[in-house]
Amino acid sequence: VTGRLSPRATILVVLLVSALFLLPWVAGKYPVYLAMQILILAVFSLGFNLLLGYTGLLSFGQAGFFAVGAYGCAKILLAVPNLFLGIAGGVAAAGVAAFLLGILSVRHTRIYFSMLTLAFGMMIYSIAWKWRDYTGGDDGLVGIPRAPLEIPGLVTISMAAMEHYYYVVLVLSLAAILAMYRLVRSPLGLTLQAIRDSETRAAFAGVPVQKYRLFAFTIAGLYAGLAGALLPPLENTVTPPIAHWSTSAEPVLATLLGGIHTFSGPIVGAFLFFVIKDVVMRFTEYWLICFGIIVVAMVMGFPSGIMSIFENRKRPVAPPGADRAAKAANSSGKA
Amino acid sequence: MENFAFQGLIGLSLAMYLWLISAGLTIIFGVLRIVNFAHGSLFMVGAYLAYTFYGQMGLPFGVAILLSLVGTGLLGFAMERGFLSRIYGVDEAYQLLLTFGFILILDDAVKIVWGGVFRIPPIPAFLDGAWPMFGRAFPVYNAFVIAVGLIVAVVLWAIFEKTWWGRIVRATASDREMASAIGVNVPRVFSGVFVFGAMLAALGGAIGIPVRVVAPGIGSAMIIQAFIITVIGGLGNLKGAFVSSLIVGVLSAFGTLYFPVFELFFIFVIMAVVLLIRPQGLFAR
Repeated sequence: VTGRLSPRATILVVLLVSALFLLPWVAGKYPVYLAMQILILAVFSLGFNLLLGYTGLLSFGQAGFFAVGAYGCAKILLAVPNLFLGIAGGVAAAGVAAFLLGILSVRHTRIYFSMLTLAFGMMIYSIAWKWRDYTGGDDGLVGIPRAPLEIPGLVTISMAAMEHYYYVVLVLSLAAILAMYRLVRSPLGLTLQAIRDSETRAAFAGVPVQKYRLFAFTIAGLYAGLAGALLPPLENTVTPPIAHWSTSAEPVLATLLGGIHTFSGPIVGAFLFFVIKDVVMRFTEYWLICFGIIVVAMVMGFPSGIMSIFENRKRPVAPPGADRAAKAANSSGKA
Repeated sequence: MENFAFQGLIGLSLAMYLWLISAGLTIIFGVLRIVNFAHGSLFMVGAYLAYTFYGQMGLPFGVAILLSLVGTGLLGFAMERGFLSRIYGVDEAYQLLLTFGFILILDDAVKIVWGGVFRIPPIPAFLDGAWPMFGRAFPVYNAFVIAVGLIVAVVLWAIFEKTWWGRIVRATASDREMASAIGVNVPRVFSGVFVFGAMLAALGGAIGIPVRVVAPGIGSAMIIQAFIITVIGGLGNLKGAFVSSLIVGVLSAFGTLYFPVFELFFIFVIMAVVLLIRPQGLFAR
């Protein structure tokens, strides 16, 4: 798989990005707000899917790193009103937390990995909930300023208008998406996929499997942290539920909706997540039941997600048996 | 000292709810190799059904519990036969996600059927009152809960160790292909075990209704505790689940009394440490 997009896909991406840049001019406050929520969830889910789709690890603790990013950013903004510092600090804090907990987490795979990340995420939740002096307990942190973006000697941009902040979220999210796109197509990303497909084979080829898993875990934590850090300036508050395991479920749902084996899956999924939520909430407060039905239907019907429908049509399917023949050749070579 | 012993008894009754829900979770994992995220929701449905039969329709408490077990068992049967059994072949991540979908559906479904408010029916007259114990009044109901938990433990032990059915289930758990080869109807065992596990969860939910609240969130709160217990006891290890229910139940009773701020945090620390050092559980042979 090369890094080049097909001409049609390139046009689509250019159109989409231009539309996103024009959005504040053509749409009201609510669509802009919704677009920010979608971008934040897209970044969160992309990081999550680096673990699930590309490395084969299902984490139930990503909300923990999301919360570290959010609380880190909030604490900095409450002390020093500088947006750049706040976001950078939140991301760095989440990265450090993910690296340290990752060292422990990647010692397991499969269900034990999921349980371990659940435990770590809930530890962070209990800190956010119970350490009242520092985190504000169940009241959370309130009155977080949407501080100006200030790079000393260069620029100072006021963030008082939500539209200004929208561009910060947009630029950072697009940068994060581009970086992830490059990453999964780099030798590093391909190695992660090799580990997902066969840990033993990758290890035989001389790949230090755990180091690569730790790398993926840290990057996923950084993405969760970035998503989290973008939230407090938007909402002006952070509360413990963002660290709860039910928040970890949001990127899981978005990724599953869009598809785990497609790069754009988590992004499309984040979009669908908020659009479905928004539409359903107009009719009934019970939007979760609709999500539940969608999840069950997706798992039973299209386990590869919405985007796989387009993937299959584009790519010629290998003749049946080709895969098995390749596997047989490989295993005989190993023996 | 009296206070300490009394709190231990309170912890023991808490441990029994935890035991009932984690017993089903661990049996299902041991045989089907599925971590049923929706197990807490089955606990919740059990509580709501018992509330309907006992609190709303006024049936005797014991009859209400039995009906609740039947209802939840049927729900479990539909979940296993209709959905889970069709995806045993695919990656386990999808099975987790499917049971997660059930949580979303059931959590909202109970809100639609019963409303979002908290409900507590009265304690049945024959279980009301308190016994003086360690200088305090120990509710009869807590003693009842402890008794039910212990009876279930003995019955489960007898079923798995002493009966033909128990041997079939244990054979399927240790090697499903071999069991199938010697003529065990594995799909039927899977369904039976899932329904049985669902009924255990429902029993935990149902006997809790007069003293714990019946509310939409109780399932999600219980499933996390049940995860902690099954992990500490070893996934699929029934004896381990019993011992670690006692540990977690009693520890949280003391924890809420003596160090409420760190209780939740430390329970997750224990879970993580066990996963890292003895992933097979503290009580594995």
